[in-house]
Amino acid sequence: MSQSANVIEMKDIVKTFGEVVASNHVNFEVKKGEIHALLGENGAGKSTIMSMLSGIYRADSGDIYINGKLSRIRSPKESMELGIGMVHQNFRLVDTLTAVENIILGEKSNKWRGSSWMKKKIEEIEELADKYGLTFPTKVPIWQLSVGEQQRVEIVKTLYRGAEIIIFDEPTSVLTPGEVEQLFLTMQELKRNGKTMIITTHKLKEVMTIADQISVMRKGTMIAQMSKEEATIQSLANLMVGQNMADEGFSIKVIEKGKPILDVQNLVVRTKLRINAIDRINFSVHEYEIVGVAGVAGNGQKELAEVLTGLMQLYSGQIVFNNEKLTAPSVQQLIDKGIAHIPENRMKSGLAGSLGIIDNLMMKTYRSNARAKFGLMKKKENMEWAANLIKKFDVRTPDMVSPVAQLSGGNQQKLLFAREIDINPKLMIAVHPTQGLDVGAAKAVHEMLVQLRDSGSGVLLISEDLEEVMQLSDKILVLYNGKINGVIDRGQANREVIGQLMAGLNYKEGAFYEPEIVV
Amino acid sequence: MEIIPLIIAAAISGGTSLLFAVLGGILNEKAGVINLGTEGIMLIGAVMSAIVFIQTNNLFITLAVVLIATGFLGLLHAFLCITLRANQTVSGLAITLFGTGLSAYLGKSVAGVPIPVSIPKVELDWLDAIPIIGQIFSGLDIFIWLSIALSIILYVYMYKTAWGLHLKAVGDNPSTSDAMGISVAAYRYFHVIAGSMLMGVAGFYLIMVYSPNWIEGMTSGRGWIAIALIIFARWNPIYALFGAYFFGGLDSLGFRMQIYEFNIPSYFLKMIPYAATIFILMFIGWKNRNKPSVEPKSLGNPYFREQRL
Repeated sequence: MSQSANVIEMKDIVKTFGEVVASNHVNFEVKKGEIHALLGENGAGKSTIMSMLSGIYRADSGDIYINGKLSRIRSPKESMELGIGMVHQNFRLVDTLTAVENIILGEKSNKWRGSSWMKKKIEEIEELADKYGLTFPTKVPIWQLSVGEQQRVEIVKTLYRGAEIIIFDEPTSVLTPGEVEQLFLTMQELKRNGKTMIITTHKLKEVMTIADQISVMRKGTMIAQMSKEEATIQSLANLMVGQNMADEGFSIKVIEKGKPILDVQNLVVRTKLRINAIDRINFSVHEYEIVGVAGVAGNGQKELAEVLTGLMQLYSGQIVFNNEKLTAPSVQQLIDKGIAHIPENRMKSGLAGSLGIIDNLMMKTYRSNARAKFGLMKKKENMEWAANLIKKFDVRTPDMVSPVAQLSGGNQQKLLFAREIDINPKLMIAVHPTQGLDVGAAKAVHEMLVQLRDSGSGVLLISEDLEEVMQLSDKILVLYNGKINGVIDRGQANREVIGQLMAGLNYKEGAFYEPEIVV
Repeated sequence: MEIIPLIIAAAISGGTSLLFAVLGGILNEKAGVINLGTEGIMLIGAVMSAIVFIQTNNLFITLAVVLIATGFLGLLHAFLCITLRANQTVSGLAITLFGTGLSAYLGKSVAGVPIPVSIPKVELDWLDAIPIIGQIFSGLDIFIWLSIALSIILYVYMYKTAWGLHLKAVGDNPSTSDAMGISVAAYRYFHVIAGSMLMGVAGFYLIMVYSPNWIEGMTSGRGWIAIALIIFARWNPIYALFGAYFFGGLDSLGFRMQIYEFNIPSYFLKMIPYAATIFILMFIGWKNRNKPSVEPKSLGNPYFREQRL
C-alpha cells in the first residue's frame, strides 16, 4: 500500500520522564481501516506513544502526521478534533455521572439541559450503541456499572465524538474472558464500518486473534513491524521480551512440606453488610508449601487476605499461626510475627506512590535498630541497604528518591517483594501478584515465590490466574461463595475440574465441606 | 403565635449574609477548590463597603468596588491553587489572615462610624395579604430577594445546564474532564473568582444591612460557619438556603435572648451558632455514614495533566 494510506505516521518521537526514556526515536505507522496491535511489555513505552496521540503527553521531539498532514496535538481536545478517540486502560469516566452524561461531557452545543433535551440525547446514544451491539444502562451513575459495561460506555463515547481512529489501551486487562470475546466482536463490527483501530497489549494470543498488523516495542524503542501472517506467537514473544525466555518451561521441584505454620479453623468473616464473606472454612498452610486459592473474584478472596493480614477482624472460628492462637491481632503484630503481604492493589495499599525507593522499602522495618537509632533514621546505612535490595531484586529505577509511582508496574511489584521478603517472612500472603505484569516480570515474581517456599516459608497465593495457581501451588483451594468448594493436590489439578468448582458445581447451599477432600 | 413570623423573619435577615458566603463556597468546592479564605474575603468585602459608601454614598459604586476587590482575592487564591498548584488549605488560611489584618488596618478611619444607608425594600401588596407568609416576607430588602433568586439560579445552573455538568465533572474527575476537552483551569478560575465575589457580597450585606458600622473582625466566624454549611447543604444551593436561615435564626436567637434578659451569660448565647455547627456536623456525619459521599471527589487536589496516574 502507498504511503498516503497511512492515517497515522509518527516519526522519530522522543519523550523522557525525568531520566527515564519512555520513547526513544520511535517510528510508528497505521494504515486506514486496519486493526493494528502495538505489542510490548509493561513499561515498553506503548502507553506513552498512545498518550501522545491522544494529547495527554507532548513529545519532546519528533513529528506526528494524521491523514498525511503534520499535526501538533497539544490537548485531548485537538486529538478529538483530528478524529482520534482513546479507550483508556483506567477508564476516563466520571464515576458520579451517568453513562449518557459522560458521553455528552464536553459537548458545547445547547447549554440548556431540560428533561426533553436529555431524553432526546438518551435515545440518540442508545441508537448509536445498538448499531454496534453495545449495551449498557444509561441512567445510573457509572460506578454502578460493571467493568465491561464501563468500557462499552468509553467506546460509544469515542464514536459519539465522531472518532475514525480508536485507540484501545490494554483493553482486555480488566475484562472477563466472555467480555473479551464480546469486545473483539465489537472491534470487528467497527472495522466493517471503516474505523481504524490501534490496540496496545502484552497478550500474544489476543494479538494473533484480532490484529491485522503488528508493531512490537521494547524498552522505549520500536523493534519490529509486521503483518499477522508473518508473525507467530513464538516470534512475537521473543521480540517482545528480547531474549529467548518465553519458551523456557517453568520448573518447580516437588518437596516435602514441613510442619503447619497457619491453621484456619471454622473461620467466619463477616462484612459490614452482615454477609458471611468467608463462611466456616478450614485449611492449613505448611512450611515448604505453596497453597493456591482459586476462585472467581468476589467469592471471599479479598476478605480472606484481609483477615489474615489484620486489616479485617474475624467473626468466629480461629486462626492459629505458628502454634499461637491469634485473637484480634493488629497489622503491626502480624508483621512482627512474620506474615508478609503482597496486596491486591500495589499502588493503593502496597506502596506510597509519591515516596521514593528507600522510604517505601523501610515502611515495615523503620522501627528496627538496623534502620533507626533513637527514632532517627540511619541515612547512610539505609541508603546502602536499599541499594543492595534493589540490586538483588533487579528493580530498575533512575534513582533512589524519585516517586515510585513513576516506575513501571513490574518494577513496583519487584520493589514490593524486596520489602516483604527482606523481613524473612514465615508466611507470605500474595494476592494477584502478577496482575497487570508482563511476561518477564511475572516470571520474576513466580521465581521469588518458589524461592520463598524452597527456603522454608509458607505461601498463600490468592489469584484469579488459573495458569499461575496450577503452576505454583502444591495444593489448591477453590473458593466459592465464601466456602471451600474443593481441595486439589498438585498433579491432580486440571482446568476443567477447577473451572467447575469455581463455577459452583458440586456446591450445595449450606453444605459443610470437610477440609482436605481430594477431588 | 405572633412571635413565630418574627423569628423566621429574623432568621432570614440573619442568614442572608451567610447564604451569599455559602453559595460562593459551593461554587469554589464544586470546581474542586477548597476556599478557606471565606472569613478574610468577607472582612475585606465589609471594610471596602464601609469605606467606599462613606466616601461616595452610592450603593452601586460600593458594590462594584467590593466585587473587584474580592474578585481579586479570588484570583489570587485561584492563581496559587490552580496555576502554582499550592496547597489549598494553606493558601486559604493565608488569605483569611491577610484579609483579617488588612481589613483591620483599612478600617481604622471608619471604625464605629455609622453608615447612613437605606437599602431599597420590596413591598408586595399581594404577598402582604397572605397571613403569616405576608408577615414574614413583608418589606424584606432587595438583597434578600436577590439571594433567594441566586440560590434558585445556581441550582438550575448546576443541575440543568451544560456548564453545570462540566463543573461537576471538573470537581469530581479533572483528568477525564480534560480528556473530554473541558478546560479544567478555566472552570476552576471562573468559579473560584465568582465564588469569592459572592463571599465579598456576604461581607457587603453584613455591614450594609445587618450591622451598619465597621467593627474590626465583625464577621466573627461567619466565614467558618459558611464553610461548615457547605457540607450541611450537601453542595446544593437550595439546601444552602435553608441551612443559612437555620444558622441565621440561631444567631439572632442568641442576640434576642440577650435583649429579653434571660438569666444566661451573653458569652454563652453568642456561642450557640458555633456549638450548633459542631453538633449538626456530627449529626450529618452520623446520618449519612452509610451513604456515598457527595463531596466533589477531587476537592483539594491540584490538577496536573502529565502526572502519571
